Amino acid sequence: MSGALAVLAVEEPLLEVTGLTKRYGGRIGCTDVAFDLWPGEVLGIVGESGSGKTTLLRCLAGELAPEEGRVDYTGGAGTVDVLAMTEPERRRLMRTEWALVHQNPRDGLRLGVSAGANVGERLMAAGWRHYGRIRETAADWLGRVEIDPTRIDERPTAFSGGMQQRLQIARNLVTGPRLVLMDEPTGGLDVSVQARLLDLIRGLVRDLGLSAIVVTHDLAVVRLLADRLVVMKEGRIVESGLTDQVLDDPQHAYTQLLVSSVLRV
Amino acid sequence: MEPMIVVEGAAKTFTLHQQGGIALPVMEGAALRVMPGECVALTGPSGVGKSTLMRMIYGNYLAAEGSVRVAGLEIRGARARDILTLRRETLGYVSQFLRVVPRVPCIDVVAEPLTALGVGVEEARGRAGTLLRRLNIPEALWSLSPLTFSGGEQQRVNIARGFVHAYPAMLLDEPTASLDAANRAEVLALIEEAKARGAAIVGIFHDAEARARVCDRELDVGVFAPAQPVSG
Repeated sequence: MSGALAVLAVEEPLLEVTGLTKRYGGRIGCTDVAFDLWPGEVLGIVGESGSGKTTLLRCLAGELAPEEGRVDYTGGAGTVDVLAMTEPERRRLMRTEWALVHQNPRDGLRLGVSAGANVGERLMAAGWRHYGRIRETAADWLGRVEIDPTRIDERPTAFSGGMQQRLQIARNLVTGPRLVLMDEPTGGLDVSVQARLLDLIRGLVRDLGLSAIVVTHDLAVVRLLADRLVVMKEGRIVESGLTDQVLDDPQHAYTQLLVSSVLRV
Repeated sequence: MEPMIVVEGAAKTFTLHQQGGIALPVMEGAALRVMPGECVALTGPSGVGKSTLMRMIYGNYLAAEGSVRVAGLEIRGARARDILTLRRETLGYVSQFLRVVPRVPCIDVVAEPLTALGVGVEEARGRAGTLLRRLNIPEALWSLSPLTFSGGEQQRVNIARGFVHAYPAMLLDEPTASLDAANRAEVLALIEEAKARGAAIVGIFHDAEARARVCDRELDVGVFAPAQPVSG
């Protein structure tokens, strides 16, 4: 198995971000951001609110247009600069090879249609047409995110916050993306629900060989989820490295402050 | 035969930005070589830097100078992904604390290093169960999160997780602390078995008897204390 993996492992990053800069008028959103992401890797982006981490994620997801920079993605169609894509090309990428999990599941779900339709919709957008297969796949994915498949016809508004978040993950992962962008995926959830979600995300990353970028202010979440960390302050990356190295031996003054500010239980 | 773990002229300084940026040198000129099948004990009083040296080898502390190599990989300046591969395949670490995702069953916590290597879930759980049984973790607990266990049980789960894959190099931080006689004997047997299959081991053992039984050499980390202590 590991031999087969070694043959398949392409020595090429999935994503290479260089010089990414986004301003809001005269104010900096993020500036000169550069990092890479390799297949199967989970990258955590941490920083306080206002540090630019969500701006960065929204630039990657195409929700904001940065003034400068490149986002080179190596996927099914070779290497492309995502920022230079046309709008239809980018939308197609976001519903096939990439996925975005919003902090608030209500932003990533359609509340007026059933759970099954929420999952099936992304399959249809990717070109699936056979109703029976779509419904069967949607039911399978509900089970994988620990939602009782008999609730397939209920609307997300009937679900708890944790269930809605899991439904959003199912909706995003059903098309087998290579890259998942997550904005505070465990934010706003009870601690016990967070733990369950963390376990689910870790399992999916491992089983599906996904790469993920997880934006969060929660250092405990990245300690358990991320292979590598990027620390942002005032729109810039101030430190990056192996997760446990950045957390156990932080080099930058701001990272030292962040790490020493965490409450321990 | 090549040494598995080599440390040469390694130094460590902590810069405390929240205390006016003072630089705290804690170690310099650290040197260590561990051959396959050998177990070296790090000794010296508490605070002398035993865990610091171990973390410089694992890569979660950045060494300031010199060279730290494990299985031929220079840890200083290595790409994060090369260190992650080294940790997955070659370098195991049993720390004093169990850090796991809450809610994950004990059996899967122990099996995880194997599934991360691509071993099938059933086989990985089988091997995890064998170790948990040896370390006297009752089968009734295997489906529960180890975070609900007693301190001693958590430590044994941590040891099982550290020994489930046959790492060629291992770092053991107080593996026998606070274990009863039967479990202590079992852990020492695991260490002896790892040495017999050729693992290179660096360990911290406060338990002198355990140290005498499994360690081939001792290294007093105090000799790497910086020559000029910080003033104030």
